[in-house]
Amino acid sequence: MDRDTSREPTAGYVHYALIWAALVALLIMTIAVARLSLLANYSVLGSLSIATVKAGLVLIYFMHLKHEGRVVKGMLLLAVAALFFIIALTFVDVWYR
Amino acid sequence: MAIGKESNTGAAASAEAQEGIDYTGKKIGMWLFLFTELLFFGGMFLLYSVFRSQYPAEFHAAAQEENLLLGSINTTVLLTSSLTIAVAIAAIRKGNKMLSLYMQAATIVFGICFLVIKYFEWSAKISMGIYPDSPALLNREKGDILFFSLYYVMTGIHGVHVLIGVIAIAIMFVYTRRGVIDRDNFAKLENTGLYWHFVDIVWIYLFPLFYLIT
Repeated sequence: MDRDTSREPTAGYVHYALIWAALVALLIMTIAVARLSLLANYSVLGSLSIATVKAGLVLIYFMHLKHEGRVVKGMLLLAVAALFFIIALTFVDVWYR
Repeated sequence: MAIGKESNTGAAASAEAQEGIDYTGKKIGMWLFLFTELLFFGGMFLLYSVFRSQYPAEFHAAAQEENLLLGSINTTVLLTSSLTIAVAIAAIRKGNKMLSLYMQAATIVFGICFLVIKYFEWSAKISMGIYPDSPALLNREKGDILFFSLYYVMTGIHGVHVLIGVIAIAIMFVYTRRGVIDRDNFAKLENTGLYWHFVDIVWIYLFPLFYLIT
């Protein structure tokens, strides 16, 4: 119980609560944007952008990506890039078939 | 005396270093597993986006049949469960076992809550005759059939992940109570947390795709 933990990258509880509040605020925002058709033709892009911000908050703060080394960050980039190219290349095929 | 002390610190340091290496390995292993999960769900997201681009009008109309209120409540439940598991991990690292146990229990309750709401949502759909291969669904437009089939497959597989997460956290709860997980040995709980957050992220994308994009 008396061990020094100040060097360890544990965030405070308030910090986590603030991230949660931001996530809920973004949820309310995405529902409002969709229901009021604020973005009209860009609703898909808008909803997915807000979802990506939410996913980013979870990744960086809840999953502690901020404190991870280059290996994990690099692997994540590779995995996301792979998924992006799979989707992008499929759409090249679907659209110009 | 001095020599004894020195060798003791040396041993402690090497044990700590070994634990450090092990800890990093455990974490990288978990992230690697999550990447396979990302591509697994990615395949379904790919299917959704291709069919959506081919049947935009049907997907638009079908998404309006989803229960936005239940979907929104479930999103809030899952976001809150991510908070509780994050606090549970921070608490155990600070040596606060009781708080960690309470937060793990809360996460389990939220997970079950999510599944119960999902059960009512699915039941309402099934009672309206909308389920894969149902006569009512097969009579509808091709885009509708694809939308609801994807809905059942994607939310169903996500639901299975929530269930697995709940079971994993329940096991971590027992480990924490027994002291297997403590302030110096928390990799298991942290990896379970990573899995739980990943499942949350998948839902963060499923929610707009099935309930909002209309």
